[in-house]
Amino acid sequence: MSLLLLIPLLPLIGFAINGLAYPKLSKSIAGIVGTIPPLVAFVISLQLFLNFDGQTQIIQLADWIKVADLSIPFAFQIDALSIMMLLVITGVGTLIHLYSMGYMAHDAGFGKFFSFLNLFIFFMLILVLGANFTVLFIGWEGVGLCSYLLIGFWNQKNSYGDAARKAFIMNRIGDLGFLVGIFLLIQEFGTTDYQTIFSTIKDGTEVGNIGLIAFCLFIGAMGKSAQIPLFTWLPDAMAGPTPVSALIHAATMVTAGIYMVIRANALFELSPEVLHFVGWIGLATALLGAAIGLFQNDIKKVLAYSTVSQLGYMFMGLGASAYTASFFHVMTHAFFKALLFLGAGSVIHAMSDEQDIRKMGGLKSKMPITYLTFLLGTIAISGIPPFAGFFSKDEILAALYHHDFAMWCLAILGSALTSFYMFRVFILTFWGDFRGTEKQAHHLHESPWSMTIPLIILAVFSVGGGLINLPHFAGGNEFLAHWLAPILPEPHEVGEVSFFSLEMGAPLVAAFLPAIFAIYYFGIQKAVPGNDESVQGIQKVIYRKFYIDEIYDFVFVRPIQVLSTFFAQVIDFLVIDLIVEGVGKTVKTASDEIRKAQTGNVGYYIFMMVLSIALILVLTLRSRIL
Amino acid sequence: MSLLFILFFPLVIGAILLVAKPKQAFAISLIASIIELVATILVLKDAATAENGLVFTKPWIEEAGISFSLWVDGVNGILIGLCALMVPFIVATTANSDKANNSQYQGLMLAMQTALMGAFLAKDAFLFYFFFEASLLPIYFLAAIYGGENKNAITFKFFVYTLFGSLFLLIGLIYVYLVTPGSHSSDIETLYQTATMLPERIQGNLFLAFFIAFAIKMPIFPFHTWQPDTYTVAPTQATMLLSGIMLKMGTYGLIRLVLPMFPLGIITWGNTAIILSVIGIIYGSVIAIQQKDAKRLLAYSSFAHVGLMSAGILSQSLEGIQGALYQMLSHGINIVGLFFIIEIIERRTKSREIAQLGGITQYSYVLTVAFVILSLGSVALPLTNGFIGEFLLLKSVFDHDMIIGIVAGISIILGAVYTLRLIQKTMFGNFSRITKDFEDLSAAEKWVLIPLCAFVILGGVYPTWILNFTEPGVQALVSLLK
Repeated sequence: MSLLLLIPLLPLIGFAINGLAYPKLSKSIAGIVGTIPPLVAFVISLQLFLNFDGQTQIIQLADWIKVADLSIPFAFQIDALSIMMLLVITGVGTLIHLYSMGYMAHDAGFGKFFSFLNLFIFFMLILVLGANFTVLFIGWEGVGLCSYLLIGFWNQKNSYGDAARKAFIMNRIGDLGFLVGIFLLIQEFGTTDYQTIFSTIKDGTEVGNIGLIAFCLFIGAMGKSAQIPLFTWLPDAMAGPTPVSALIHAATMVTAGIYMVIRANALFELSPEVLHFVGWIGLATALLGAAIGLFQNDIKKVLAYSTVSQLGYMFMGLGASAYTASFFHVMTHAFFKALLFLGAGSVIHAMSDEQDIRKMGGLKSKMPITYLTFLLGTIAISGIPPFAGFFSKDEILAALYHHDFAMWCLAILGSALTSFYMFRVFILTFWGDFRGTEKQAHHLHESPWSMTIPLIILAVFSVGGGLINLPHFAGGNEFLAHWLAPILPEPHEVGEVSFFSLEMGAPLVAAFLPAIFAIYYFGIQKAVPGNDESVQGIQKVIYRKFYIDEIYDFVFVRPIQVLSTFFAQVIDFLVIDLIVEGVGKTVKTASDEIRKAQTGNVGYYIFMMVLSIALILVLTLRSRIL
Repeated sequence: MSLLFILFFPLVIGAILLVAKPKQAFAISLIASIIELVATILVLKDAATAENGLVFTKPWIEEAGISFSLWVDGVNGILIGLCALMVPFIVATTANSDKANNSQYQGLMLAMQTALMGAFLAKDAFLFYFFFEASLLPIYFLAAIYGGENKNAITFKFFVYTLFGSLFLLIGLIYVYLVTPGSHSSDIETLYQTATMLPERIQGNLFLAFFIAFAIKMPIFPFHTWQPDTYTVAPTQATMLLSGIMLKMGTYGLIRLVLPMFPLGIITWGNTAIILSVIGIIYGSVIAIQQKDAKRLLAYSSFAHVGLMSAGILSQSLEGIQGALYQMLSHGINIVGLFFIIEIIERRTKSREIAQLGGITQYSYVLTVAFVILSLGSVALPLTNGFIGEFLLLKSVFDHDMIIGIVAGISIILGAVYTLRLIQKTMFGNFSRITKDFEDLSAAEKWVLIPLCAFVILGGVYPTWILNFTEPGVQALVSLLK
């Protein structure tokens, strides 16, 4: 138990040391101080994983909020789900810390960066360790804070600061939903403890508002996991340093929404309408993200929209009650998307901060490790067997196939788009001739070992990650499904599928065909997207992200600004203040009247005395203004 | 006796400062306020262990049943603590400024402390009224003498407006007092018994009279138009006293007098009052978004925050009142810190115009960190002090009425909008002509900001000891409401 407490405690200590000692600590020490906590936490998590006996363990730490009957303790819950999340967070986290030692080596804010990363790891761990929804909410908002701090890390640039604020505010919209969900939980159950709530449900006790609770919690997930309509912050979040994009905006934080739904699966299972909604939101987001990704030319933007899209897949899976499949995809996505982002970072590093794929090309020979690992990541995300992404995505698709055929068809379409845009970005970056400047060409180099080692390790997992839940038809034993079974509802029996069915064949066609097409078009024909002005028609609408940012600006931001001015200058100044002054004038008239009525009543005199003081002051006020 | 000491000690020292005008005004004032803090902590420690809190009573106008009586229990203990805790910090913020050894300025601040302590300590309703009014004098002089542009017109308006409001309170108090049995009594607990017996219509009218007085003090929409101007024009320490402590006289009045006295009045008017409070939350937050003057922005933010406290109190649940008390403490700490940061910036750049600032983080890391931490408290991030209060308040309002609760909850979004904008435009981005070579914090400034930041975190992580302290008192009060 004491060892377990070290898991969140170590990153907190790392944060404190680097935060307090900045900028006095030397970079090499700051890097080590920052990287050791997640590494040790990973080792402890691994040990926890290996020794886990299947028993859910609750660790009560202290009282937190205790008022009347409401008691919200600091408490941790160790079970199959939280252990898996611990492994992903600390494992991928460690690699990204290591990578950052190379990537941020020339940055003046090095120590500060590591302290923020550690703080993020701390909050993320609180999020998954919490034994009640309120402690989860600490982590939930805490990671949002770290996301804000890290997106705006290079805060001198105003647009980066704007992106950071946008992320925080959009997350807060979701968080309000989540908070309302918590209030409803307290109303219905008198507590936010997982165990009490889920066992009450399991006992079949009649509880109201379950659908509303699930819906409110899902609003929170929409914000955190960037689903329609709260997704526009995630692409903008790419303003942050690339390791941040990999860790927070791909591998861990954005999957918190999926984690939460899986955690609360008992609630969602009782609200089929909400699950239905979750599935369709996921589908819409998956398609929208993939469509926008088709035409983006910023390497990180493509990956960002891809993340939005992949998160949509995970929610689709949840919508079909395929919790294991979604969680499987959370894990494999953490591997290959972190890999792709770190690969993109390696490219950007070599290209002296150039992110436009139209100005890249031919990097294959200059950076072989980045090239090869990025290729593996691309294959994995495209769903080509036997790479990790194939198995996890296929499981989601299989669940959809039996759940809702229309959804399945659209999901296959999205899958095809994914394969196309990923090969497009891969080919434009690494194949063909170099299209950048002379100076950039001269500077091109493979990244240092601190950056390539994480790439290699993540590549291994992107290739072999499917083993975590290898299905029976591929000779596996569905480890993850068995591991998570105690906390999940009974899975629907899907039955064995053959390789030659529509169910199996369509995803393969959707993976291969677009890839081949992309190879032909961008690789052999050597097509390069034109400059921004040349984009026309529907393509332009997609390229400009369906003008969603502009619409939000027009519908929400501007009206509030207008309202703000209106309140301050019209309502406050002209309406309310005029009435206030009017009352002042009435007091004056009234007191004149009262003066005539000399009643001899002492109370009146006191009253008048006070009024007169007021009157004198009002008169002075008038004379000074006029 | 100890209650008398914490009540009058600041005034005595303040009077010495005002009359003798010693050279070492800053040191005297700071030491006095620290002694006051220590004495208050001792008093609170006693109160926590005493069965029914501490009481001190001396007959005052015996024939009329008016006594000089003071008490400390869970409800006012937290406000006395807030007052004693914040004044040393507020005094310390004058360090190295032209006001540090201005004995008049320091003396008025200490006199103000006595008035505030008195209002919170009073067990007699007229005594409460006396201090409620008396507090206007020192704050008026602070603002009128040391204020900024257009100070005369603005402080007069403030003075008249609040005086006008208190008139209703006085009339209401006299009314209830005259109904008390026998030779009358103005003891607050006697008033509880008397007022609750009154018919519904009269309780409704009395509720309105009291509410208007307190609504002006806090302020609550639409009685707020004096507030932004006054907060902006008053010297920073006066603004801190106003927003950090004095506005809590209004929320305290709601808890101490309005709730237990007029349960039937609340049935008639409570919902209206809650709705006005919640309108104020949104209204103030929306206005804050577009403010150009940082101090004015904080004024509107304070207006928004107090609206939630008021709504939570009027929802009459234990959580609501506990949350309000906790939030009064948190808000006092956070807003004093934030006003100080704006003052620090203004001292160096001679400007509070958000558009003219920026890039300060390049010159002062500590100031940035403090600004961020205090702001997080203000936007109620979990593990900061602001979260505990707002969580309980929002929950209470939500339990009272789902829709009103959700509307009030929008403040956590809007709060983030204006607060993050303020941080970005002042601290981040490129430095401007006036923020270039911004001088880093002095030791005295750090001594104020670092403890305040520590309170923000401590209050968010370990609220239990305060919640436990207030619970018995609040429980007793809530049991009166049933």
